[in-house]
Amino acid sequence: MGEIRLMKGNEALGEAAIRAGLQGYFGYPITPQSEVMEYLAQQEPHHNYVFLQAESEVAAVNMMYGAGGAGARVLTTTSSPGFSLMQEGISYIACAEIPCLFCNVVRGGPGLGTIQPSQSDYFQSTKGGGHGDYHTIVLAPNSVQEMVDFVYLGFNLADKYRTPVTILSDGAIGQMMEKVELPDPVEYKPDKPWATTGKTKDRERNILTSLYIQSEDMEKKNQKLQKKYEKIKQNEIRFDEYKTEDAEIIIVSFGLSSRVSRKSVDIGRAQGMKIGLFRPQTVWPFPYEKLREYADKDRVKFFISIEMNAGQMVEDVKLAVCGKKPVHFYGRMGGIVPDSYEVIEQIKKIKE
Amino acid sequence: MEDIMPAKGYVEIDIERCKGCDLCVLSCPTDCLALNISDTNSYGLYYAYLKEEDDCIACMNCSVICPDAAITVYKKEDQPKQRS
Amino acid sequence: MKKGYKLIYKRPQTLTKTRINYCPGCFHSTMHKLLMEVVEEMGIQEKTVGVCPVGCSVFAYNYMNVDMQEAAHGRAAAVATGIKRMLPDRYVFSYQGDGDLAAIGTAETLHACNRGENFTFVFINNGIYGMTGGQMAPTTLEGQKTTTSPYGRDPEKIGLPLKMAEIVSQFERVAYVERVSCNTPANTRKAKKALRNAFEYQGKKLGTTFIEVASNCPSGWKMTPEQSLKWLEERVFPYYPLKVFKKPDKKEV
Repeated sequence: MGEIRLMKGNEALGEAAIRAGLQGYFGYPITPQSEVMEYLAQQEPHHNYVFLQAESEVAAVNMMYGAGGAGARVLTTTSSPGFSLMQEGISYIACAEIPCLFCNVVRGGPGLGTIQPSQSDYFQSTKGGGHGDYHTIVLAPNSVQEMVDFVYLGFNLADKYRTPVTILSDGAIGQMMEKVELPDPVEYKPDKPWATTGKTKDRERNILTSLYIQSEDMEKKNQKLQKKYEKIKQNEIRFDEYKTEDAEIIIVSFGLSSRVSRKSVDIGRAQGMKIGLFRPQTVWPFPYEKLREYADKDRVKFFISIEMNAGQMVEDVKLAVCGKKPVHFYGRMGGIVPDSYEVIEQIKKIKE
Repeated sequence: MEDIMPAKGYVEIDIERCKGCDLCVLSCPTDCLALNISDTNSYGLYYAYLKEEDDCIACMNCSVICPDAAITVYKKEDQPKQRS
Repeated sequence: MKKGYKLIYKRPQTLTKTRINYCPGCFHSTMHKLLMEVVEEMGIQEKTVGVCPVGCSVFAYNYMNVDMQEAAHGRAAAVATGIKRMLPDRYVFSYQGDGDLAAIGTAETLHACNRGENFTFVFINNGIYGMTGGQMAPTTLEGQKTTTSPYGRDPEKIGLPLKMAEIVSQFERVAYVERVSCNTPANTRKAKKALRNAFEYQGKKLGTTFIEVASNCPSGWKMTPEQSLKWLEERVFPYYPLKVFKKPDKKEV
């Protein structure tokens, strides 16, 4: 049993990163994630990592590139407008295959938007916000505990596959306070023969680049990346289910909306509806196969995607279901969180 | 008064690395280098060569200014009373 | 080697065997050579990490036999910051052109200097964007013709050329700023000494070191290498003088 604390999501993220062996944090303040920075700045003298407030998110992501390329375990946190600024850097990091952990504490947009929570960066995170054929692994926590667990998972997946990983959080999870069990600190001593630490006599020089000026070389690189993504799709899909064993209506939801939807399942069940919740924990790679299995079942009448955006994950649900059953959507935007009763009303309307 | 000899040297120019930029020829204080305009390397460029070996004083102006590090410089050993 | 002679100079081992592809007479080649000579002479090949830019020298990692990272355009100062903060005992340098350092990368450059990041900037200023075909740069001279200033740079429209060495020498935590050139053997030797100083000061953790090279671009300027040297002497040096702008106190060194 690890240490139990009552913590705010943002601070839990910072504490988890420290325990996971964080070596470099480079970030820029933006609501609603500045507490992560403040926590890490405050904790710096007690630990062995470098905390650096960069002059912009553009600078921060490039510091990540350099530090991660030098072999360090690195983290940055930001929110939607800042995450947009990082897209170029993420594309470079994905191609140069540098392990980095990003956390986007999503707020309402587009543009400067609002500081209230949202889920409108799903497309940006899963379909690539930067240029080129790449993906980042995208983890979608829905509680402070999962924030902590996904930091460990995110760092390990980044190292395992030499790829950037994004934790898709949101303003509410960042701000809410919950009981969390903190894992034991890790002694981080990685073996990274590809890192730019100085060319010793026993090896050739290491070059980290995303430039492959000859088309044949660029294609080979892309094929290598695609193979890697296939492997990730085979091995790293994670999801959670609640009362789907006999469900006729399946709610598909991630992050904060899944908390709302879970209560909706209980409300619906109390009213005699057979509802279940399917919650992707990795939104890339997306659990298409499992959803397809549900679509094939006769008892399942329809799916409904509950999100805090104009309809983003619903497109992946439709891809999974492949027209076999109807897929509906209900969402709120602008930082408004739907409430569980509202969701049930929508479901009732659809049933008629 | 004893005889004072000038320094003596010679250079080797890597023909393929040389790009015929002419800067070594311009920098040589004794005019012992020249571009060979009757021949080209495999890149189609005129290369520099040591035209007057006797005049080379191993001053290294050429190897210092050569952008491509195409020049190797040798200097005569044990020259008595050498003014280099 | 002939009998009775000794070798006094050959190409540094820290340059790779690959034939350097920059244009004939370009100071990029010269600066790569000098940088690698300094690395060889200081014996720090195993402890050196470089960052290369976007521009003609995007392929610097093909020629320098040290660990290198390719940065996005303008971001080399941030990438070098990340590396040096994680590996403070390595010799880290960023190698950038005028667009990379003084246009798109100005924020990263100034802030790294303001923080006093302990790495060496090697700034190749040739007043033009060579790789992309010869467009105007922030350091293009007044009246100089480029493909995007075909009638000559007009200060009324676009301001005067930026003097980066002058600007960064004002930062408190920048330890050493010198502008050099490679137009004569004498100046080339001085440029090498400046690089050596910069690396020595970096080893002593004195702060940011910044070497600006008043460089040429025979292709972009539409000149022969010889003519490009004349342009440097007659037009560039009066505006961008070669001098030491800032250096550490004797007692720190």
